[in-house]
Amino acid sequence: MQDASNILEHLQRNFGETAIRQQRTVDDLLTLWVPAEVCLQVIRQLKSEIRQPYSLLYDLCAIDERDRTHKNDMPAVDFTVVYHLFSFGRNAFIRLKVPLLGEFPSLPSLTAVFKNANWYEREVYDMFGIRFEGHPHLQRILMPLTWRGHPLRKEHPARATEMGPFELWDEKQDREQEALRFKPEEWGLQREGEDSDFMFLNIGPQHPGTHGVLRIILQLDGEDIVDAVPEIGFHHRGAEKMGERQSWHTYIPYTDRVDYLGGVMNNLAYLLAVEKLAGIDVPDRVKVIRVMLCELFRIASHLVWLGTFAQDLGQLSPVFYMFTDREKIFDIIESICGGRMHPNWFRIGGVAQDLPRGWDGLVRSFVDYFPEKLREYKNMVLRNSLFKARTKGIGIYTLEEAIEWGVTGPGLRACGLEWDFRKRRPYSGYERFDFDIPIAQHGDCFDRAVVRVEEMWQSLRIVEQCLNNMPEGNYKADHPLTTPPIKKYTMQDIETLITHFLSVSWGPVIPAGEAMSCIEATKGANSYYLVSDGNTAAYRVRIRTPSFPHMQMVPYISRGYTVADLLSILGSVDFVLADIDR
Amino acid sequence: MTIMQHIWIVLGVLFVLLNVAAGLIWVERRLLALWQDRLGPNRAGPLGILIVLADTLKLFFKEDWIPPFADKWVFITAPAIVVGSVLMSFVIIPFAPSVVVADLNVGLLFFLAMSSLGVYSIVLGGWASNNKYALLGALRGASQMIAYEVFMGLSLMGVVMLTGSFNMGAIVAAQKDRWFIVTQPLGFIIFFIAGIAETHRLPFDIPEAESELIAGYHAEYSGMKFGMFFIGEYLGITLISAMTVTLFFGGWLGPAFLPPLVWFIVKTVAFIGLFILLRASLPRPRYDQLMEYGWKVLLPLVLANLLITGAIALWIRK
Repeated sequence: MQDASNILEHLQRNFGETAIRQQRTVDDLLTLWVPAEVCLQVIRQLKSEIRQPYSLLYDLCAIDERDRTHKNDMPAVDFTVVYHLFSFGRNAFIRLKVPLLGEFPSLPSLTAVFKNANWYEREVYDMFGIRFEGHPHLQRILMPLTWRGHPLRKEHPARATEMGPFELWDEKQDREQEALRFKPEEWGLQREGEDSDFMFLNIGPQHPGTHGVLRIILQLDGEDIVDAVPEIGFHHRGAEKMGERQSWHTYIPYTDRVDYLGGVMNNLAYLLAVEKLAGIDVPDRVKVIRVMLCELFRIASHLVWLGTFAQDLGQLSPVFYMFTDREKIFDIIESICGGRMHPNWFRIGGVAQDLPRGWDGLVRSFVDYFPEKLREYKNMVLRNSLFKARTKGIGIYTLEEAIEWGVTGPGLRACGLEWDFRKRRPYSGYERFDFDIPIAQHGDCFDRAVVRVEEMWQSLRIVEQCLNNMPEGNYKADHPLTTPPIKKYTMQDIETLITHFLSVSWGPVIPAGEAMSCIEATKGANSYYLVSDGNTAAYRVRIRTPSFPHMQMVPYISRGYTVADLLSILGSVDFVLADIDR
Repeated sequence: MTIMQHIWIVLGVLFVLLNVAAGLIWVERRLLALWQDRLGPNRAGPLGILIVLADTLKLFFKEDWIPPFADKWVFITAPAIVVGSVLMSFVIIPFAPSVVVADLNVGLLFFLAMSSLGVYSIVLGGWASNNKYALLGALRGASQMIAYEVFMGLSLMGVVMLTGSFNMGAIVAAQKDRWFIVTQPLGFIIFFIAGIAETHRLPFDIPEAESELIAGYHAEYSGMKFGMFFIGEYLGITLISAMTVTLFFGGWLGPAFLPPLVWFIVKTVAFIGLFILLRASLPRPRYDQLMEYGWKVLLPLVLANLLITGAIALWIRK
C-alpha cells in the first residue's frame, strides 16, 4: 500500500488535492476519482512519466449511476467512466473513475494514448451513449447500427417482454440490410491504390475459418491484405445487462456461456468477485476442487484450439484425435458436475456438491493416459514442417505492441514476458501449486502455439497435484451469504427460518461495494468488475474478456500478409466469439 | 481387333472408371474415418457402401441452380471440361497387354496435353461464377497447374529417354527387367508431387482451400455440376495413380500367379490409398510457398535428373 499512497501523493501534487479523490473498495485496488478535464493528463502521466508505469489499459467501461442509492464517498455523478490500468513492474492495478454529469455526457478520447482504447470507447458509446471527443470512428460496435437506445442505460428495457412485439416488415428489412453494407469510405479505406484497384473480400459471418459468427472485411491487393476491418457483435447476448436482473446466484449459469470453452473457469472469475464483496473465505477443499476443474477445462480448451488451428491450416486429422481426448475430459467433468460444456457448478462460497465417489480413479486414468497423447500431438502438429512454414514469422508482434494493444495470456507469453496471473497474483490457492510459466521469444503464430501446448503440460501437472493432495473438509464455506444458505438452525427459531426463506427465494443480498477479480483464463486475463448496491442483483456487471482486445489487434498484425496467413493469425490468436461479444 | 472389340473396350473402360470414381467417395470417407479414429458412413448397405448410391441420387435430385450473376454457358461448360479431359487421358493407358483404348505412338504427350486442358475447367468455372472466392480460387488454380505442368512433363522425360519412345505400351515393355522406379526415383517423386498438384488434392488443394476460400473455384456450383467436379477429382486421382503405376511401377507387369489386369488394379489401388493417406496427414502450404517450392526446388531437381539420366543413357549406349 506504500506504493499506492505514493501514486496518490504524486497525482495530488500535480493536479491538486481536491481534484484527485480516493475511494475505498473491498478489493483493495487503488481507486481514484479523476475529473474529466484532467483524466487524459493523469493517464498519460501514469503511462509514461512515472517509474514502473501503468503500461496496460486493462479495461475501460462505464456505469450508469443514476439509480444508485449507496453513493457515499462519491462525487455528484450521473455516469462514471472507469479505466483499469495495470502495471507489470508494480504488479498492481489502478482504477480511475471519471464522474460525468448530464443525460448524454462526453469526455476526451483516450485513443491517442492507448491503441486498444478504440474499441472499448466504441463499446461504452454503444452501451451508454457517452461520447468520446476525438475518437477516430465512434460508431456502434456490438449492437446493430440501426438500434435505438443504449442498452446498458438504466432506462433501457432488459427483457423482450418489456418491448413491443418484434416485427420485420419489408422496408425495415431493407433498411437493416442496407445498414450491413460495407462502405469502405466510412472506414477511411481507399477503393483503389496507386496502380491497382483493391478488392474487398467479405469473410464471414458464415465462414469455416472464423470459428463463429465473425465478419472480417479484407481490403486486398491481389491476395495481400492491405487492411482488415473486423465486425463483431453478432454473438452479443447482453450478458452484462442480464447480470443486472438475475440474482447473484442465478447469474452463474450465464457466465458459463461467455467463454464457452472455458466452462467453470468463468464461474470462478465471477464468484471470486462476488466472494470479495460478500467477504467469504472459502475452505481449502473448495479451492483445490475449483483449481482442478479449471485446469481440466484449460486442457480441454487448448485441445479444441490446437485441433481447429491445425484444421485451419488444412490438416484434417488432428481435430478428431483432440476432440476424442476432450471427450475424455468431459467424461470426468460430467461425472463430477453433471454438465459438460456449461457445468454451472461453482456456487457462492463453494461448489454445488462434494466430489463423487471414485472421482480420483477417473482423474488418475486421464493423468496417466494424456502425456503420451500430448507427445504425439506435438510430433503430429508442431514438428510438421508444413505447419512450421505456415506459422513461423507470421503475425508477429513485439512485447511493446502486445502491451499497447492489451494482449494477455499465451499471446503475451509468446513475446517473452513471463507473466501469468496464476503465478503473479495468485487466486484460489494457486500459490501452493508447483508449475512453470512457459514462454517463447518471437511472438509469431508458431510461438503462440508452442506456449499453449506447453501450458497443457503445466495444467496436467497442476491436476496431478490436486489429485494427490486433495484436502479433506467442507465443499462449502460456513457463511450466511453462501448459496444454498445454511439450514442448520432454521427449525429452532423463526428469525433464522425467515432469513433462510428469503435468501432461498430472493437469493442472497450482497453488501454494497465494488470489487474486481482477475484470473488467468484459457485465452488471457478475464475479470468481473461487480458493483453492488446492496441488493439481490448486481447493480453493474462488467465482464473484461481477453478475446475482445485480441480481436481488436488482428487488423494490425495481419496487414501485409496474405489471405491464407489471416487464417493462421486468427487461429493462433485463439478467440471465442461469445467471449468477444458477451 | 475388330471394331466391335474396340467399342467393347471403350465402353468397358468408361463403365469401370465412372464406377471407380463414384466408389472412391466411399473408399475415401471410410479410409479417412479409419485413420481419424471414427466410423465414417457405415449405415447404408454392407459396410455403408450404398452411400455411393445415396450420394449420387442426392446430387441428381438437388436443385440445379445457376446463379443469376453467373456467365451461364461458361458456367455450364466448365464442369464438363474437367471430366472430359481426364477421361480422354485414360485413352492411352494400357490396363493389360491388349486392353488399351488407343495405342498412340505419342501416348505420353497426349496425356500431358489432356491434363493441361483440365486447367480450363478451373479458370472458366471460377471466372464464370462471378464470385470473389471463386475468382481467387481460379487464379490460384491456374498458376499452380501451369507451374506444375512444367515439372510433370520434365519429370517424365527420363522415362522417355530410357525407353526411347512415347508409346505407353513400349514404356511398360521396357520395364520387363527393372521397373523405372529403380532408375528414376527422383523422376517418380517429382511426378507424384506434380500429380497431387494437378489433381489439387490436399496438401495442394490450394484452389479450393476449404478453410480459406470455402470451396474456391466451385463455391457456386451445386447439384450434378458440383458432382462433375467431384467425379473429375476422383478420376484425376485414379489417372495419376494409374500413370504412376504404368510409368514407374511396371504397369501390368508382375509375377504370373495373378493375371496382368489384376496386377495393374492392385498397384493403382495402392496409390489411390496413398493419395487419401496424404490428405489425412498433411496441412496445406501457402500459395506462394507452393510456387516457390516448385520453381526453386523442383525445377532444378528435375533438370538435374534429366541431365544425369541423359549422360548415363549415352554412356551405357556407347
